[in-house]
Amino acid sequence: MTAIDIRQLVVRRRGNIVLDHIDLAVPVGSLTALVGPSGSGKTTLLRVLVGTQRITSGTVAVLGRPAGHPALRREIGYTTQVASVYADLTALANIRYHAAMHGAGRAAALDALARVDLAEYADRLVRNLSGGQVNRVSLACALVGRPRLLLLDEPTVGLDPVLRRDLWALFRAEAHEHGTTLVVSSHVLDEAARCDRLLLLRAGHLIADDTPAGLLDATGAADLDDAFLNLVTDAEVPA
Amino acid sequence: MNPRLTIATAGRVLAQLRRDPRTIALVLVMPCVLLWLFKEVFSAEPLVFQQLAPALLATFPLLIMFLVTSVAMVRERSGGTLERLLTTPLGKADLMLGYGLAFGALALVQGLAASGVALVLLGLDRPASVPVLLLIAVADAVLGTALGLGVSALAATEFQAVQFLPAVILPQFLLSGLITPTSSMAGWLDGVSRVMPLRYAVDGMNRLARATTVSSTVWWDLGVIAGCAVIALVVGSTTLRRTTA
Repeated sequence: MTAIDIRQLVVRRRGNIVLDHIDLAVPVGSLTALVGPSGSGKTTLLRVLVGTQRITSGTVAVLGRPAGHPALRREIGYTTQVASVYADLTALANIRYHAAMHGAGRAAALDALARVDLAEYADRLVRNLSGGQVNRVSLACALVGRPRLLLLDEPTVGLDPVLRRDLWALFRAEAHEHGTTLVVSSHVLDEAARCDRLLLLRAGHLIADDTPAGLLDATGAADLDDAFLNLVTDAEVPA
Repeated sequence: MNPRLTIATAGRVLAQLRRDPRTIALVLVMPCVLLWLFKEVFSAEPLVFQQLAPALLATFPLLIMFLVTSVAMVRERSGGTLERLLTTPLGKADLMLGYGLAFGALALVQGLAASGVALVLLGLDRPASVPVLLLIAVADAVLGTALGLGVSALAATEFQAVQFLPAVILPQFLLSGLITPTSSMAGWLDGVSRVMPLRYAVDGMNRLARATTVSSTVWWDLGVIAGCAVIALVVGSTTLRRTTA
């Protein structure tokens, strides 16, 4: 079963093509990494899936409904690149507000906080947390509703290697143990090796859609960084 | 719309406010201090205070809630929290009413403080009904909140939001009949002032202050303020966009 089915998606913004004829299918219960240089369209693609980005043409189906369908608001957890949480509330209060939207309470909020390894910071004001901790509060707000689809825009930015590893372990567990579908954007390729599928975006084009191992085979590269560089320099990008 | 989400939003806004004691102090203390200052300025003419204090009690809630809400909402828009909220099951009406409820509650406390100081400490003559006076103050505050929500869509930054205060509130203040009776203004201004909601708040307060019973005109004034608040909330909610280009 597919969680996301995108056909011939085009997004133009002020005359510029941001996403150019994207075709893409993501199976339910998989962990997909969306990788590409800054400005390649990663955030726009995630915003299309969450339904906040107006599209120019094409069809986008999410969990069997057109993207942006009101019923999907209960099924999707979304984090933006800049943590969108209230700095003047505690970590727990932020998560409880999102929990309330899904009919969940304090216990669910505490559980989400524990899953991002911030249990001891529950009563700390967000403005007194570090950048990486704020990002994780934002992530916990997305997790707390137990959504079927998680769309995470650069959730590991500014985190140390240990935390990155732990979060990717959390993402894998969400996908493989709870059957949640995850699309996680990142510009760090090293992280992407830990996912089921890799999507490479460059200047609005999907230049690769493969498993990490498949990508290495196809490019003959020694590691993902090389594979990415090969693809980016080889790809013909129409003007 | 979902009452549970409306309440959750009001609770969240109040929790944010609770973390900001300086704002609470300013909102509650400033009107009282200004009323006292007003009385002292006109110490030689005590009648002026009796005449103008009720209108001031109508003006403070509109002014302060407009300012607080427009800045809070610009913050929601620029901080990305609004876009995120609109991807959740939260309805637009839940958000608008949540803000209205939270700041309406603050306005009630402010109205109690300001009218309490005016009546008990500053010797303002008892109005026909203190509860109706508070009701007008709260309706006026919800109106200020609703106008602030709407204006926040036009302001890209908090800096701009503050600039809207003279644009939206000052003309209402001048035309409300507070400075001079509307009947003595240029004829065309009377027509303009009729579409300014603050006029009705000032009119209602004045009628309460100068009578011993609550006249039907006061209820009409209250109805106009409440109606304007609802219209402003509805118009304001159309500025909340779930999709953008």
